[in-house]
Amino acid sequence: MRVDGGSHVKYMLMFISDDSSWDPSKPEIQAAYARIGAWFEEHRSSGKIIGGEELKGTNTATTIRRRNGKITVTDGPFSESKEAIGGYALVDVTDLDEAIAMAKTWPVLSAIEIRPLVER
Amino acid sequence: MRSLGDWDLAEELVQDALVAALEHWPRDGIPDTPGAWLMTTARRKGIDRLRREARYRDKLAQLQEEPMHHGSALGDERLELIFACCHPALPRESQIALTLRSVVGLTTAEIARAFLAPEATIAQRLVRAKRKIAEAAIPMRVPDAEELPDRVAEILGVLYLMFNEGYVASAAGERRDLADDARWLAQLIVRLMPDEPEAIGLLALMTLQLARAAARFSPDGRLVLLADQDRSRWDPRAVAEGTALLGRAGRMRRTGPYQVQAAIAACHAEARSWNETDWTQILMLYEGLVRMTGSPVVRLNRAIALSHVAGPARALEEVEALDGELARYHLYHATRAALLRDLGRAADARAADRRALALTDNPAERALLSERIGA
Repeated sequence: MRVDGGSHVKYMLMFISDDSSWDPSKPEIQAAYARIGAWFEEHRSSGKIIGGEELKGTNTATTIRRRNGKITVTDGPFSESKEAIGGYALVDVTDLDEAIAMAKTWPVLSAIEIRPLVER
Repeated sequence: MRSLGDWDLAEELVQDALVAALEHWPRDGIPDTPGAWLMTTARRKGIDRLRREARYRDKLAQLQEEPMHHGSALGDERLELIFACCHPALPRESQIALTLRSVVGLTTAEIARAFLAPEATIAQRLVRAKRKIAEAAIPMRVPDAEELPDRVAEILGVLYLMFNEGYVASAAGERRDLADDARWLAQLIVRLMPDEPEAIGLLALMTLQLARAAARFSPDGRLVLLADQDRSRWDPRAVAEGTALLGRAGRMRRTGPYQVQAAIAACHAEARSWNETDWTQILMLYEGLVRMTGSPVVRLNRAIALSHVAGPARALEEVEALDGELARYHLYHATRAALLRDLGRAADARAADRRALALTDNPAERALLSERIGA
């Protein structure tokens, strides 16, 4: 799992929220963008962030399924849930506690799922 | 330990080295670098050593009579292990099983017996937990100061549940007494982190509850309620020890739910008879506890104290306000039954006791309720 000294584990932090409430034209959402920008800035400068993007809303989603050899393309997200992944950050840290500590400082209200990446 | 990466091995090494230390240190003296000595010794020895040590825990207790605290190599590694076992990223039932396995040194079979669960279920639970520790990289280390309060609370929550699991079940003789294991672990935590008042509070609570253990069941295994207990069978030394612990925690001036619960237990322990119980004091303590936790179960207990201060009618109002939240909790109905009986509403009381009976599997509680219903 880890080696002495410079041990690293990569995780994806998935930011999950109700995307119907995320309206970029609202001033409070613009303020949230500023805080998110600062969060990435801060953690990028300490070398913990190796990637991250925001996703457009689930109304832009397309889902492709392969069933019994047949491929179907449908409108909409994979899950019916109102909550969806709105963005992610890829981080490179020493262990789960460090990833949790980062997630706790995420500046907007959302659930955050932390998953380790498979490393080969 | 961090260099190993593999949980099983790390667990075995720490435990095995502790057993070895027990044998060598008293004879040869403590080495200059105990940590390094432990690791070398641990690696040299077979890792199956621990499983052959039937009374591992007792032996460990001897070692702990030597000062061992956070800051010593031995103390640190055990503390790291406990923090990992009780990591909030693990489900509660796994935290308990893993702590019993890795810190107390119980076998899978012993844990299964304690929970009346199939051995395969516990084995599966342990495997899943260890896999998550490895794959999600749950660290074996003492958390940073910022995280420490939450993480200590998590450990205490695990021990509190473990204790209750044992305390309610202790009627069934063949079951292992988890309450005892939980108290042992709480002692360990207090030794390793002597400046955590809530840890001391929890230890005080367990000590005071266990002081009454001998009086909680009649010779034929029936549950005896506090009001009917033979107080001469309470252990005065344990009461004194629990009260002293509570005083020590109180002097740190950071109160919390475990200290308050211990204070309530102390009120009961110090009353010479049921009639001499200081219910006003107990009610005040419950008020504090309600403010700290907001828990409906705590409000139920406060209502019981209230019935002794302000009468059963006032208490029944409070209890019935909890109906929505506690309708599935057997003690809600049992408490309501007791208050109805005090108010002379015998038929309603029996109906409430019947509902309580339908909601519990605990044999001792079932016997008591059946007797009250007259069934």
